[in-house]
Parts: sequence; structure tokens; C-alpha cells
Amino acid sequence: MADFEHRPLLDEDAGPLVRPYTVSNGRTAPTAKLDLLSLVRSTGQLRPSQLEAEHAEALILCREPISVAEVSAHLRLPAMVIKVLLSDLVDCGAVTAHSPDPAVDPTDKTVLEALLNGLQRRL
Amino acid sequence: MAYNGDSDRSPAQQSALPTAIKLLVAGGFGVGKTTFVGSVSEIEPLSTEETITTASIGTDDLTGVGDKTTTTVALDFGRITLDPQHILYLFGTPGQDRFWFMWNELSDGAFGAVVLADTRRLEDCFPALDFFERRGTAFIVAVNEFETGYHYEPEEVRAALDLKPNIPIVCCDARDPRSATLVLVTLTKHLMSAAASSVR
Ligand SMILES: Nc1nc2c(ncn2[C@@H]2O[C@H](COP(=O)(O)OP(=O)(O)OP(=O)(O)O)[C@@H](O)[C@H]2O)c(=O)[nH]1
Ligand SMILES: [Mg+2]
Repeated sequence: MADFEHRPLLDEDAGPLVRPYTVSNGRTAPTAKLDLLSLVRSTGQLRPSQLEAEHAEALILCREPISVAEVSAHLRLPAMVIKVLLSDLVDCGAVTAHSPDPAVDPTDKTVLEALLNGLQRRL
Repeated sequence: MAYNGDSDRSPAQQSALPTAIKLLVAGGFGVGKTTFVGSVSEIEPLSTEETITTASIGTDDLTGVGDKTTTTVALDFGRITLDPQHILYLFGTPGQDRFWFMWNELSDGAFGAVVLADTRRLEDCFPALDFFERRGTAFIVAVNEFETGYHYEPEEVRAALDLKPNIPIVCCDARDPRSATLVLVTLTKHLMSAAASSVR
């Protein structure tokens, strides 16, 4: 996690922080490694008003921790497009992301207990 | 400000991102997967489209060796915020068999799976059972009881599906949040005992 906490050098870059029409430029390979369940959250370093439309909408959704799948569903864009979009936001420091690796260990006792307690609270 | 930016963030933002836990809901066509996901989810079930690239092996047409096929698959999923540090995501697997290759990608990192079975068509869940057995993904079987279906006792289902004695079988009503949540509790307890008995 901590390795994604790099800080953007805002003051050294006067140009637009996110290239405007990245998604429609046909780039399909995200620079950050993201899967459907990678969680993202805005860092507070950039305001949505500093970004182009889709990037701004995605950033607004990232106020609370949210998965790539949810951003995709809310913006009604395929997951592949969302991964590119979010990795742009990671690159410019607007959001921080959980890389899918290392995967959470499914035998992790603490996590399994959190799962059990969280479910039982809903009964 | 960039350097001590943490000080003006809320406590939640200062802490690490939560952990995402993935569980799968699998089973045959129309068995109630989407209904189940919707019952337990705290949000309306959402849908995303994922693009999968697969080598065209295992298909009837082997002429295009090395060809890659790209398919878009719609996935339903739901979310449960377990506590501030843990979020559960529940994915319904696509029912159609032709999307079997997707399950590899879907099951990566999954904690476990619920295989939904319909007593009117028990054999429909065979592909899901085979898949999780081969992958070593822990699963339980939940019999979604449709009124029109014949009522089987769990042990009859076990015999019909040739399931190992340690795999829990429960009955449920996928439309009922409490019933569906209890299925997930059973799965979690199964995962805990599997974790406790594993040498890993
Ligand atoms: N009576 C009854 N009907 C149910 C139950 N669960 C689901 N249904 C209904 O069965 C139909 C199919 O349910 P879905 O949840 O869409 O099934 P699915 O597995 O997601 O279907 P596919 O994604 O097409 O494979 C819907 O009309 C549901 O309302 C149940 O427990 N009892
Ligand atoms: Mg469905």
C-alpha cells in the first residue's frame, strides 16, 4: 500500500495534470496494475474541477474507498476503460490505489473474523 | 501542505485503504445468483462489463492456434461494508457455460464460493462444482428452494452431487436477506475451519 503513496509534484508542472482525452485516445493499457476489486480513494491532492469530465466524475466517486468494479458500474463504462481512467488518476496523484498483489490471504484469521463478525451483525 | 497533507485529512483517510474480500456466487442458469447477491448487498446489485482475453484453446475450433479471443462479460456484484477496514464484494458468476474461461480470472483471489443449486435441475451446478474442486477454491452448496421444486434433505443432495462429507450443504431462499446472509456465515465458518486445518 505504502508504495502507492507517492506525492505529485504539483508545483513543478504547470500543464494539465491529466491529459484531456486519454480514454478516447484509444489507449487501452492502464499504467497501474488494477483489477475489479482494487480499491481506490482520492488523496485530496486534486479537485475534480481540475480534471476533464470522466476523470472528474471518477474522482468524485473516490471520496470513500471504492472498487474498480463499482466505479465502472456507476459511470456505466466497461471495467477496462475505468482501469485506464483510474490509473491516470493514480499517475497524477489524485487517487491512491490498492494493487491486486499481494492478494489478501484467504486463510488470514483476522480477515476471516472480520468477515464473520460483519455478516453476523447483519442478521 | 503536500508534505504534511495527512494532518488535514479525516482519520478515515489517514488510515490504510480497507481490505477487499471477494466471495463468488456460482451455479447454473437462472438458479438465483443475481437474486442472492441483491438480497445480501447493502447497495442495489451493480453490474460491470469486463473484457477478457482468452487463448482459443478448449474450444471446438483449434485451427486458429495462438489466436486470442476477446469477450465482454457482464458481472453482477454487491457490496457489504463489514467494518471500516473490511469490505465484502460478492460476485455472481455468469451462468452460461460458454463463459467458463472467465471463472479463472474471477476466482483469482476469491476467499470462497457459494454454489447455488436448484433441486429441479441439480445437474446444472456440476460445472461450478468441478471448477472449484479443480481450482482448490473452498465452497459450500446452498439449495435455493423454489416452491415448485422437490424438497431434498441435504444428505440426498450430497449423494446426488457426490460431495465430500466435509462440504456444508444448506437450504436457503435467495430472496430473503437473512437466509442468504446465513449462507455466507456458513461459508465463512467453513473457510475458518479449512484455514485452521491447513498446514499452510
Ligand atoms: N420462487 C423463487 N423464485 C426465485 C428464487 N430465487 C430466485 N427466484 C427467481 O428466479 C428467477 C431467476 O433468478 P436470478 O437471480 O435472475 O437467477 P440468476 O442465477 O442470476 O440467472 P442468470 O444470471 O440468468 O444465470 C428470477 O425471476 C427470480 O425472481 C427463490 O428462492 N424462490
Ligand atoms: Mg444473473
